[in-house]
Amino acid sequence: MTTLETPDRAQELAPTPSKKTAFSAAQLVEALPGALRKLDPRLMWRNPVMFLVEVGAAYTTVLAVAEPFTGGPGESGGSVVPGSFTWAIAAWLWLTVVFANLAESVAEGRGKAQAETLRKTRTSTSAVRVLDYDASGDPDASTSATDEISSADLTLGDTVVVVAGELVPGDGDIVWGIASVDESAITGESAPVIRESGGDRSAVTGGTRVLSDRIVVRITSKPGETFVDRMISLVEGAARQKTPNEIALNILLASLSIVFVVVVLTLNPIASLSDAAASIPVLIALLVCLIPTTIGALLSAIGIAGMDRLVQRNVLAMSGRAVEAAGDVTTLLLDKTGTITYGNRRASEFLPLGSATEAELTEAAATSSLADPTPEGRSIVDLAVENGFAVPSAPAGAVVPFTAQTRMSGVDFADGSAVRKGAGTALAAWVAAAREQSAASLAGTAAERDALDRLVTGVSNAGGTPLVVATRSVDGATRILGVVHLKDVVKDGLAERFAELRLMGIRTVMITGDNPLTARAIAAEAGVDDFLAEATPEDKLALIRKEQEGGNLVAMTGDGTNDAPALAQADVGVAMNTGTSAAKEAGNMVDLDSDPTKLIDIVRIGKQLLITRGALTTFSIANDVAKYFAIIPAMFAGIFPGLGLLNIMQLHSPASAILSAIVFNALVIVALIPLALRGVKYRAASASSILSRNLLIYGLGGIVAPFVGIKLIDLIVSFLPGF
Amino acid sequence: MTMPDSVAGLLQIMTVLVVLVALHRPMGAYLAWVYSARRDWRLERGFYRVIGVDPSREQSSGAYLRGILVFSTVGIAFVFALQKLQALLPYSLGFGSIPNALSFNTAVSFVTNTNWQSYSPDVTMGYAVQLGGLVVQNFVSAAVGMAVAVALIRGLARVRSGTLGNFWVDLTRGLARVLVPMAVVAAVVLLAGGVIQNFGGFEHVTTLTGGSAVIPGGPVASQEAIKMLGTNGGGFFNANSAHPFENPNAFTNLFEIVLMLIIPFSMPRLFGRLVGDTRQGTAIAAVMATIFAASLTAMTIFETHGATGAMEGKETRFGVWSSTLFATATTSTSTGAVNSAHDSYSALGGMMALLDMMFGEISPGGVGSGLYGMLVLAIITVFIAGLLVGRTPEYLGKKIGPRQITLASLYILVTPTLALAGTALSFALPGVRDSVISTSIFNPGLHGVTEVLYAYTSAANNNGSAFAGLTANTDWMNISLAVVMLLGRFVPIAFVLALASSFAAQDKVPATAGTLPTHRPQFVGLLLGVSIVVTALTYFPVLALGPLAEGLN
Repeated sequence: MTTLETPDRAQELAPTPSKKTAFSAAQLVEALPGALRKLDPRLMWRNPVMFLVEVGAAYTTVLAVAEPFTGGPGESGGSVVPGSFTWAIAAWLWLTVVFANLAESVAEGRGKAQAETLRKTRTSTSAVRVLDYDASGDPDASTSATDEISSADLTLGDTVVVVAGELVPGDGDIVWGIASVDESAITGESAPVIRESGGDRSAVTGGTRVLSDRIVVRITSKPGETFVDRMISLVEGAARQKTPNEIALNILLASLSIVFVVVVLTLNPIASLSDAAASIPVLIALLVCLIPTTIGALLSAIGIAGMDRLVQRNVLAMSGRAVEAAGDVTTLLLDKTGTITYGNRRASEFLPLGSATEAELTEAAATSSLADPTPEGRSIVDLAVENGFAVPSAPAGAVVPFTAQTRMSGVDFADGSAVRKGAGTALAAWVAAAREQSAASLAGTAAERDALDRLVTGVSNAGGTPLVVATRSVDGATRILGVVHLKDVVKDGLAERFAELRLMGIRTVMITGDNPLTARAIAAEAGVDDFLAEATPEDKLALIRKEQEGGNLVAMTGDGTNDAPALAQADVGVAMNTGTSAAKEAGNMVDLDSDPTKLIDIVRIGKQLLITRGALTTFSIANDVAKYFAIIPAMFAGIFPGLGLLNIMQLHSPASAILSAIVFNALVIVALIPLALRGVKYRAASASSILSRNLLIYGLGGIVAPFVGIKLIDLIVSFLPGF
Repeated sequence: MTMPDSVAGLLQIMTVLVVLVALHRPMGAYLAWVYSARRDWRLERGFYRVIGVDPSREQSSGAYLRGILVFSTVGIAFVFALQKLQALLPYSLGFGSIPNALSFNTAVSFVTNTNWQSYSPDVTMGYAVQLGGLVVQNFVSAAVGMAVAVALIRGLARVRSGTLGNFWVDLTRGLARVLVPMAVVAAVVLLAGGVIQNFGGFEHVTTLTGGSAVIPGGPVASQEAIKMLGTNGGGFFNANSAHPFENPNAFTNLFEIVLMLIIPFSMPRLFGRLVGDTRQGTAIAAVMATIFAASLTAMTIFETHGATGAMEGKETRFGVWSSTLFATATTSTSTGAVNSAHDSYSALGGMMALLDMMFGEISPGGVGSGLYGMLVLAIITVFIAGLLVGRTPEYLGKKIGPRQITLASLYILVTPTLALAGTALSFALPGVRDSVISTSIFNPGLHGVTEVLYAYTSAANNNGSAFAGLTANTDWMNISLAVVMLLGRFVPIAFVLALASSFAAQDKVPATAGTLPTHRPQFVGLLLGVSIVVTALTYFPVLALGPLAEGLN
């Protein structure tokens, strides 16, 4: 076995190189070429609002060029317009479009670096293909004929052999063998993971490296459609499709733009009656100011940045739709083990029985567990040490390991004494057998048994697992010392997180294989709203269907093949990267860290994405109020001086007012790029209080900000000659 | 005894308020019963048999819309024919056949619940046309509006349903159980209040001073009742509700105002009842009432403090306050009846009447149409607010996705486009421009712009009130206004029904703490804001060229 990867190398490959908070001028410069390329009308067309601005910019430019031949800008609405006016408007309209493209380019740029790293793993390697793989006759493919082909030529259903030191040539499931695999290229996690045939840890990903042993893998992906391929297109944004909410918002924005096109087109015929016709650059300026350019410019960046935030947390969403659905989730199904509790039960208490003291019980339990490698065993020793037990330097006696038949483990000492711990019934049988052999008195057994029953039931009712401890002395006398309370340990801080979810209107349901009694106790301790005990995969699927019929959107995590139907049925199905390829295929997200708790983060990101869109839409629409007051009096002030009353900002001149509004309109896009990329701050609270808060910031802010901004810009613009 | 105008005005406003607050609940409950009762009346069953409709058969949105279109087309053809054949009809007072353009305009106008009158009724329409054509449409066009609103409500209330009810049943019930009985009662009250009702024709009398005068008669009270109740507004006389035979005194004036407002302000209650949460209806009514109150306040201030003589164009028996209350009620409800000449208001006061319509007739709007207009705005509001709280937006448990937003967006596009395009074309088309400027406009300049803008806004929003100065009886005005009225009525209805059907097909998402509550003052404020920004503010630039420029100079 060769160890090829060092942690350093793995870190370098990790797909989280970019700092998520940094938004620098350097990033803008880097994104500029991309932004200019996006000026292509065929690309702009996809964003109707900005396309309209581009058309306006082009038209204004043509007018500016033509002006020297047509005799200057002349008058608009009865006011004289400075000579540089048309050029200034044209320039700022182009800037408006470029700023919008810049936002999108910056957002995309963040994914590019990650894609680059991933691409390196995709370089083709050679694969040892097994010809005519015989699963029953030759499962390890040791005698089958093989040939060597390029990994790029592997197709669905091929079987390959991978040995230590080689790269896995494609996505697949291990059909034979066990190996440690370095998946740092995909997950960024440097510690190798164990992959073995059968069960829920059989999936391997192309581009990861086998560190030890030899495995036989059946390829489950077509060339070019591997997991890494999908990851690359996802982080690059190439696979990004507009989500339903984004489409709906686009439609609303387009229709708001159309209304203003009508307003602007109909204005001059009506104005002609009063000889107040406005010049075309002024009309275009009015149009651009009134259509929702701010949100139109940032909409796509918000979507890309939302996906990016998931990638930062090592979650891959297979579609933007899934991210949005995450924000809508009303029911969270959480597996107990690993999500709500730590994977293993831990000893929490020693409960002595009858005449036994706690110290006796502690010592016996610890002694029986010294050689026990299971986490439960270790936790007993840990608890004993906490209670003052001193670990002996050398273990004495022969270890009796746990087996499914005996259902107990312990130590036999050389002097004939012994200690055992295990299930209540198993220990009772052991004690009874020993007593018969030694012909010791069975008197008092009934009372002892009653007391033991009470202890055992007590622990069970509390959601724990009782472990009975008994000893056999040198003379053969057996004695039950008491019970160790093994307990599912609920992760810290979960109760608060569930309370937070409740506040957000999300119900949590714990899924567990435990009996209802145990499940209830753990559910109560963790603070979940509901639980499904003794759950089979079918139960899980049925629960999801039931929730969905009631109109709920369900999110869940899963890793096993038997989770696949439920993952597919759930609105948001997060597959663990350690899971089987069936699970990963069925879910619409993959968590590379395989941390089921992350579901809660995913919900937050989904909500944040929607809120950011809503906030900027509100801001954009609210901006119109101030812009009306800037432009309308300016447009016709020459003919109707009375309209000057509406010039509440006291802008310097009609030309400066219009230019200032356009400049503000362009600059506000740049100012809001960081917000679009970072997302609006999200705090768990009821819908009502979130709305109040966001309305105050983005609604009221959207009304006030342009009044201040346009006035300030006007102060500067008024220094321009002619304005 | 004389009371200061302001005191009398405030008393009237208080009276209207008290009456509406008291009546909207029982009225809403009654409407809810009307549209959800299982049993048909014998009279209704007979009618269904005659027209060959199975009342138990539910209709999809397409079938519902087809019903409306067929019914309305027949209505237009019938009213058109009646006018053309007027010379042959009895009780025609000697009036002849009406010219094509005017007939078309009038037919469309009454079928679309607009009741724009390009003609002077006193000297154009005999009793046969008025009663057989116009009054009938006053009833049925109102019932159609209510039916569409009910269909939208059903869409929001139903779960996984492909149908919205039966148009013929909703139409019949609206007539038989709501409009006809109420109109009868209202006519009797108006009669008692002094409104005339006879078939006397013109009476030539010699006055005390020895001069001669022609006193018109006619079945006025019966028409007046439904004219107000169905938010129609087409007057029996040219002077409309300023005419002493239509609206003789302060009592009838007040009563007519209540008649205009009662059904539109009860529709939200009906909505609340049918969706099973009256608070939702109250929130909608609150937005309507707030816009109404703000507009009334502004108009009254402009009229009482304006530079122009406050009483110009107003009836001395009503005064300024009664006139502005009536004007706000009539332009806010798509009625269009007038008890004063809006043309003679101060520029800004007249602008308020214009703005009431520019809101899209939602405060409280026409019977039915006001509610569905407001609900469409509520959908837009919920969409923006829903994003703001981080959920796919939903209204009453119904998701608002691309399809719903498309339909709602198209809905709000229709009226501004029609109003602005109609106005602009009137000034842009070479031949038309001259005719509009020389014939139609009474006051040149800014006031003339307002007159034309008012006409198209009134037509697009199916209001029907006119800025008195305009001469609309020209081929261009008659035909273009008719087209605007037609599109302004039926295109939005088509979108509303499609919207209703897309909601009906959906599941209901249960409300959680994460759901945006749509019954709180917060939502009322937001809907108010969206109504202002999305509808009324759109007209800001054009208003700057008309009443704003005039009023501020």
